[in-house]
Amino acid sequence: MNSQQGNVTQFTGKAVPIYGDDIDTDRIVPARFLKEVTFEKMGEYLFRDSRFDESNQPKTHPLNEIRFIDASIMIVNRNFGCGSSREHAPQSIKRAGFKALIGESFSEIFRSNCTALGVPIVTGTAAQIREFQQIVERDPKIIFIIDLAAQQILIENRTIPIQIAPTVRESFLTGMWDIVGLLNQNKNHVMKVERALDY
Amino acid sequence: MSKNTLYDRVWDNHKVVTLPTGQDQLFIGRHFIHEVTSPQAFATLKERNTKVRYPNRTFATIDHIVPTDEFQRPFQDQQAETMIQTLEVNVKEHGIQFFNKVTGKQGIVHVIGPELGLTQPGMTIACGDSHTSSHGAMGSLAFGIGTTQVGHVLETQTLAMSRLKVKRINFNGALSQGVYPKDVILKIIQQLGVKGGIGYAYEYGGDVFDTMSMEGRLTVCNMSIEGGARIGYVNPDQITVDYLRGREFVPKGSDFDKRSIEWQALASGPDAVYDDEVTFNAGDLSPMITWGITPAQSVGVLETVPNLAELPDHDRSVAEEAYDYMKLTPGMPITDVNVDVVFIGSCTNSRIEDLQEAAAILEGKQVAKRVRALVVPGSQQVQKEAEATGLDQIFIAAGVEWRAAGCSMCLAMNPDKLIGDEVCASTSNRNFIGRQGSPTGRTLLMSPAMAAAAAIKGKVTDVRELL
Repeated sequence: MNSQQGNVTQFTGKAVPIYGDDIDTDRIVPARFLKEVTFEKMGEYLFRDSRFDESNQPKTHPLNEIRFIDASIMIVNRNFGCGSSREHAPQSIKRAGFKALIGESFSEIFRSNCTALGVPIVTGTAAQIREFQQIVERDPKIIFIIDLAAQQILIENRTIPIQIAPTVRESFLTGMWDIVGLLNQNKNHVMKVERALDY
Repeated sequence: MSKNTLYDRVWDNHKVVTLPTGQDQLFIGRHFIHEVTSPQAFATLKERNTKVRYPNRTFATIDHIVPTDEFQRPFQDQQAETMIQTLEVNVKEHGIQFFNKVTGKQGIVHVIGPELGLTQPGMTIACGDSHTSSHGAMGSLAFGIGTTQVGHVLETQTLAMSRLKVKRINFNGALSQGVYPKDVILKIIQQLGVKGGIGYAYEYGGDVFDTMSMEGRLTVCNMSIEGGARIGYVNPDQITVDYLRGREFVPKGSDFDKRSIEWQALASGPDAVYDDEVTFNAGDLSPMITWGITPAQSVGVLETVPNLAELPDHDRSVAEEAYDYMKLTPGMPITDVNVDVVFIGSCTNSRIEDLQEAAAILEGKQVAKRVRALVVPGSQQVQKEAEATGLDQIFIAAGVEWRAAGCSMCLAMNPDKLIGDEVCASTSNRNFIGRQGSPTGRTLLMSPAMAAAAAIKGKVTDVRELL
């Protein structure tokens, strides 16, 4: 079993609200930063054009605010990560120090990319997300505990139920999110399927 | 849960096992790679000291970063040169067939797959590119993946996937003159929204699809992902078979005839069960244009852009953001919008029919004085065919730049970019903020014929006036 990171049941950290529906992966990492053959510097490019203008002056953006500087959880809205399949987007989020995302909904490919990188995605209702964003706005020092096993968020001595895709939850609880080891276990079955194909 | 659909049949044919995570391990029959999303996957293979398991199932091309006005190596852009060199080394080391310029078969991955007959009904197809959904036009299950998953396919030829639900989308009636497949998919996305397809594969059918050409089906399936659907497909039929016959990578002679019967048997039958079904009527469809920053923010050419008060609550904040960015006024007619640039190309609309539609409008006309227009064929083969039939001369005579194959100004990873807040009438697939290379550039998505009309008039124009 490949479980180099081991199983994960909880993520704990401070959060930053990233406001807006339909935030696409071009916005998370603009295409001009995809011309590098490694992901090493992707953390520097996170939301680059939302955070800085064309003469590199900072714009108003939560990631430019000092009070959110040590956040490790992003709280996002609807259809986050839509658009391109570029893994550069979740890579930039992870390399900028984020460990988990909470949002109303996420694009399919973005979610599978995040899972493959060990960054869990959990979802809540629009009202819950708005409340989470208000809570961190009010007090950025608040600690969020995302409990994958219990499928809830612990915050300010309250527990709030959240959703996590069963396969994603299982992947983290069993430490199987880095799935290549599992895929390699079934070589004989793979060969059988391959031979049965007519192409 | 869906039953007896093409989706179910093809999935079952490729399922290896159910994994302990609850996902299925799915065999990937065809894998396409390009220069942007593969280098890190090959680097991981190297770190893991392993090889490509089935190198004859992966095919490579170069599309995103190639300059389209000259192809001199080394590229002026050092990063682009490094990217192509990295791909060259990787395909050589692993014995992967590479369609580079010298083969005459280079082009956008979603154009060359179908045109070479590499894309066939009943296949599972993956590529590190979200517009892989295009290949569903042939009746395959085709979807975009991230780079980690590209590595999984290289190393194991399989992926861990969750089965999607299947939504049947019927488009009945007939398209009127001046209305094209691009308008069909823009309408579907406008109605079902940019997240309507999350968790679904879209099966397109009905009268409009029954008679639509393969190239039109490719345009529609291409943009499935813009509606949130990772997979979109059309059931294989005689049109599919006729398109594929004689192409390089399909079986020949009686083998082809036998195979074509098997392909058509995969189609969802009358006993198919869908998770959801929706029906549209083509009769009232007019040419569509996006006005905002998501592909769902579109209107018919005779309409005005929406007033904020008319919009449902959950669409209003993105609309406000869109108006702010696009510098348009709610309630204005879309035909009042002037354009600076016209881009005809991309994996959505760069095939020969697309160029023919644009050329039919531009023939004998001139591009408006202040408009910069370029036509970028999707592949070297499309380019060759266009040049053999004189389309290039029609474009050049009209004042349009005729370029070489690549992704070009769809996402501007090459020298083709918008400058400042230019407005671009574009046949591509995304009108996202900053998409076409300028952080303030503005994109209006439309069909090739509508883009040609905009080029002539210098503003959004109902192409039906020019037919």
